[in-house]
Order: sequence, then C-alpha cells, then structure tokens
Amino acid sequence: MSVTLSAVDSLDSVLRAARADGRAALVGYLPAGFPSAEGAVAAARAMVEGGVDVIELGLPYSDPVMDGPVIQRAAAAALAGGATTETLFDSVAAVAETGVPVLCMTYWNPVERYGVRRFAERLAAAGGHGLVTPDLIPEEAAGAGWTEAATEHGLARVHLVAPSSSDSRVALTAAASSGFVYAASMMGVTGTGQAAGGAAADLVARVRATRDIPVCVGIGVSTRDQAAAIGRHADGVIVGAAFVRRLLEAETEAAGVDAVREFAADLAAGLRSSG
Amino acid sequence: MTTTLSSGYLEVVTEAFASGPAPDRAGHFGRFGGRFMPEALMSTLAELTAAYDHARQDALFHAEFAELLAGYAGRPSLLTDATRLSAGTGARLLLKREDLNHTGSHKINNVLGQALLARRMGKRRIIAETGAGQHGVATATACALLGLECVVYMGAEDTRRQALNVARMSVLGATVVPVEVGSRTLKDAINEALRDWVTNADTTHYLLGTAAGSHPFPAMVRDFHRVIGVEARRQVGDLCGGLPDAVVACVGGGSNAIGVFHPFLDDTGVRLYGMEAGGAGVHTDRHAASITGGSVGVLHGARTFLLQDEFGQTQESHSISAGLDYPAVGPEHAHLHDLGRVAYQPVTDDEAMAAFRLLSRSEGIIPAIESAHAVAGALRLAPVLAAELGREPVVLVCLSGRGDKDMATASEYFGLEGDR
Ligand SMILES: Cc1ncc(COP(=O)(O)O)c(C=O)c1O
Repeated sequence: MSVTLSAVDSLDSVLRAARADGRAALVGYLPAGFPSAEGAVAAARAMVEGGVDVIELGLPYSDPVMDGPVIQRAAAAALAGGATTETLFDSVAAVAETGVPVLCMTYWNPVERYGVRRFAERLAAAGGHGLVTPDLIPEEAAGAGWTEAATEHGLARVHLVAPSSSDSRVALTAAASSGFVYAASMMGVTGTGQAAGGAAADLVARVRATRDIPVCVGIGVSTRDQAAAIGRHADGVIVGAAFVRRLLEAETEAAGVDAVREFAADLAAGLRSSG
Repeated sequence: MTTTLSSGYLEVVTEAFASGPAPDRAGHFGRFGGRFMPEALMSTLAELTAAYDHARQDALFHAEFAELLAGYAGRPSLLTDATRLSAGTGARLLLKREDLNHTGSHKINNVLGQALLARRMGKRRIIAETGAGQHGVATATACALLGLECVVYMGAEDTRRQALNVARMSVLGATVVPVEVGSRTLKDAINEALRDWVTNADTTHYLLGTAAGSHPFPAMVRDFHRVIGVEARRQVGDLCGGLPDAVVACVGGGSNAIGVFHPFLDDTGVRLYGMEAGGAGVHTDRHAASITGGSVGVLHGARTFLLQDEFGQTQESHSISAGLDYPAVGPEHAHLHDLGRVAYQPVTDDEAMAAFRLLSRSEGIIPAIESAHAVAGALRLAPVLAAELGREPVVLVCLSGRGDKDMATASEYFGLEGDR
C-alpha cells in the first residue's frame, strides 16, 4: 500500500484541474473490442484528440441490464468478435499511453470470475485507474473483496447514485467511492438521450453535501447542449451511447473514428463555453 | 368473494409465512444471494422488502391471500397416491397436484401474493418475464382479477415456440413484448424487464416468476410457495401417519422446489432432492443444470450457481422444457447445496420424456415436462431408497404443472422417436 495510490490521485487531479479551469471534465465511454479491438483503441485515442479528459472502457458483458439497445448491440458485437477480459486489459494499456486516466466500466460477474484480486492487479498493471461498477453497491463491494483489492492497488472505486437514492444511501455511496461518484442523471438505461438537467444538479448537490469528492453525471447525455447544461453543475459529464452510436452508424471503422473525434471536440467546446 | 374453505385455509397460509430467519437482512443465504443490482433500484427494493415484511406479519394480508388461494386458485391442491406409477418401483409415490391449480401450475401462488402486494403498494402497473409462458399467463390472470395493467416480456424465440400461451395472455388483456436482443430467451426477457423497472419503478412492480434474483425476491417468492410444502406435510401425515422419506421436485429457478422443500428443512429424516434439467447430459454443453453443471457467479442480482464461460459471460442453457431453460438458480438452493441439505441431480431430456409418457399412461395425468423431471428423478431414486431403508419408502413428488402447453413438444419428440 506504499506508493500505489497514484492512479486515484491522477484521476482526482484531472477532475480538479478541469474545475480550476472553470469547466466540467469530459468523460467518454466505449466498449472494448468494438468495432474491433484495434478500432476501439483508435476511437478512444480519437476521443482524447478531440478533448476527452477521462476514458471509460467498457468490458462487454452478455447481460447488460443498465444498457439500452445501442450499447447492447456494440457489446454483443464485441463478444461475437471474440473480445474477452484480456482484450480489455490490452486496450486499457494501449489507451493509457495517451496519458489520460483510463477507467474500466464493468458489470460485476466478469470481475468475480476473473478473480477480484487478480483483476485489480492486472488492471493496475495495464495502467488502469479504477472501476465503474453499475451493479455493485458498496455493501456488496465490501463483501466481494473489491473494496480491499482496489485500495491495495490504488484503483478508484466509482459507485453510482441515482435520483431515487435516499439521502442516507447517497452518503453511504459517496463515502465508499474514490476518484469520483457517478451520478445517474435520470431513472433509466443508457442511450435514451433523456438526461434531465434539473434532477442531475439536485443529485450532484446532494452528494456534495455529504463529502468533498468530484461528481460526474452520466446516462442519457447525448448532445453538446445537454452536456453544457449539465456541466455547469458537475465536475464531469459522461457520454457513452452517443459515441457508440457514431461508431455503429459509420460506413467504415475509419469514418466512425473520425466521427467520434469530431463529436468529442464538439462536446468539449460545449463544456468550455458553458464554464 | 367469500368461500367456506378460506377460514380453514387461513391456518395453512399463516404457517407458510412463518418461514424462519433466513436470509439475513441483506438477503444473503450463506455466501449466496444478496443485492447485485443498480443503485437506481435500491429504493424500490427497500420499499418492496418493507412492504413484504409488513404483509407477512399482517393478519389482513394473510386473509386476503388465503381467500384468493382457496376461493380462486383452487387450493389446497390434492395429494394423489400414484399406485399404478409406483407399481414395481419399490416406493410409494405421492403426487402433490399443483397441476390442478387455476392456470395449471404452482406459478399462480406466487403471482397472487405479489399482485396483492403490488396493489397494497399502490403500483398499478405490473411487468413480468416469461419463458414457457406459464408465469406470464398466471401474471396476466392475476392482473385481470385485480384490475392491474400487465406487460409481459418474452424472448422472441419463445413467443414462436409458445404461441398458445401468447394468445392466452392477449385474451387476458396483457401486452406481450417480444424481446429481440441477446439469445432471445428467458434470461433476455428478465434483462428487458429489469430495464423497464429501472425506468418506471415509481409506478411499476416487477413480478418475478421464480425464487431467484435480488433480495427480497428469493425469500418472498419462496414464502408465497410455502403453502405447497405446508399442505403436503399435513396430507402425507393424514395418509401415511408420518413424514415422507423423501421429497422430490424439479428445479428451474427453483420456486416450486423451495416451496415444497422448505417446511421439511428441519426434518432431518426427510431427504430432499432437486432435479435439474440435464438436457442432452451435463457433460455436453446442452443442459440447464446450474448446480450440477455450473459454477459460482453473479447473475440477475444474486450470487449463485450459473452457467458461464471462463470470463463470466453467461452461457445459453438448453432443456426440452422451456420452464427449466434458465442458466442460473435461486440462491437458497445454492446454499442448501453448500450445506448438503438438498441433493441436486440432473435429469436428461430423454429421462424426463420417458417419465412424461409413463405418468400419462399409468395414471391418466399428463404432467408439464418440467414436472416430468421430478417424476423421472423419483423413479430413479425409488429402488435406491428402498434398498437403503430396507422397506417401501414414501416419496413425495411435486407435480408442479400440467402438460397441455407441451403437446407440440411431446408430439414432435415422440414423433421423431417413431413411437406414437
Ligand atoms: C410447471 C412448471 N414447473 C416448474 C417450472 C420451473 O420453475 P421453478 O423452478 O421456479 O419452479 C415452471 C416454469 O415455467 C413450470 O411452468
């Protein structure tokens, strides 16, 4: 546990630097292995070129209950193309070369199957900064050994809060998280584009009232204007399905990567102008 | 609605709700169970847990539930002494006739309980998943009775295989939504129902059809089905003057099995056997035997046994019976396996179909193919138990449902076998 806290620290400093800059950080999500292992890495690099501050790489999973049709399709394609947990680690390592913090977003079972300690060790070794865990609440994280393994490897434990979370659950989740807290902008799954600015701002304030930890807002953010509006009240804005949709709709992988870069630049400009 | 039966039946219901301390407050059965669900559902799950904890201790709820079970579902279900089926097996096989319930299976018990609870919570919209359609039909039935809106998610593959049940649900006023994603079967229908629930939790109750998933479902669904075991324990006593030597049930998600086993858990002399769907054999990749052929992981909100690859991706299950075709199992079964209290064994498609035909022709009872797995298991165990005990053992078999829905599958199976 001596020098290993650097991953959480560098994530934290990126988020705080954006705040000092008077804007929200831009967090971009893509599933590893989609449209191909290389394509996902190229798209993540394009996001960084476009101005994304933090990358979230998803580990494709067979039963993604928090995802709408767009990310479901991409994850299924990645799995059909042979993506595995090893693909994720390779992709994390490749994207980490850009110098931006790279998190992994994953449903819990693949972590448990890989071995919680072994997963943490491999993610840290690949240069990853932590895990976003949409179906792992803090209580189960402790029992499953994730809290301990993450601490040992200096990885961020990003748990979610939702508009429906009680104040006591918001406090418990904020206390158990490190790096940042992920605030769901709305009740629902990814990819609907229906983020509600008011509810998000309210939830961010409820987290901040319990603890000084960065709060990033995601789920349902699909346009520059939405990102800008939400960014006024949050430390970061997370965009996923809207990127994935551009890859799905592109004629070629290269065209998809270009579309991702352009969209990232557009979102980043929106966040700067709203700051 | 009044019946003469319900006052006597109230006692059964009250005993059923006295289910003891497990799980712990967070929903763990030993190392299994829990709440591996999105935070967005936590307040809803807490609300449901509180409503259920209150209802199970509320005399008014007991009375409402007893009224529906006795006056509508047709409980208590019969216990049939299957003498012609038993002949030559070395055992006395007693059939717990859940096939005689309204809508044709045990599923109605849980559905009536949860629908009553939903109404109490002020939720007017019910969503459910269904594989074979039995749970969907039962849910549509309860919603029609209680005046609730009903949406049933069903894998697109299954809507084609089970067209009759799709029609039944429509007649009952439910909306059936075919699920076109993933493997287009039961597990994907559950995923889609969960996505709906995350979005509409305010107004909607997710009426899960088996004793699996996140806390409080495994305990709540179990308790609604405990009437099966409570009744059977009394009926066997009346008939044989004691306890059965063994209880056998089929295990998909595990609701009929946990319902019939649970009141016998403390009776150490009663052996309990759960029959999983062995499909083409647990040594192949075409089966649905989560405990005997799977490994520990997390799916649909609970830590349990499931079918998965080396990276934790859920594998598709296979069974000739759609109701057992699910790649996981309720967490309490995983725990009872850990404890060694229940023995879980696979029964293949062929063994189940042989039992299906034998029961039909020896007793004039056409079982659901799911239930035929329990019958097959009991037939296999009968001589073993007889030899071990040195006498004719009394074996209670849970006949979870009737086979009308399975006619197409059965005629295809026996047709292919050239034996009709
Ligand atoms: C008649 C019957 N038995 C058994 C099952 C399996 O479910 P469970 O294991 O929850 O009892 C089903 C499910 O559809 C069924 O219809």
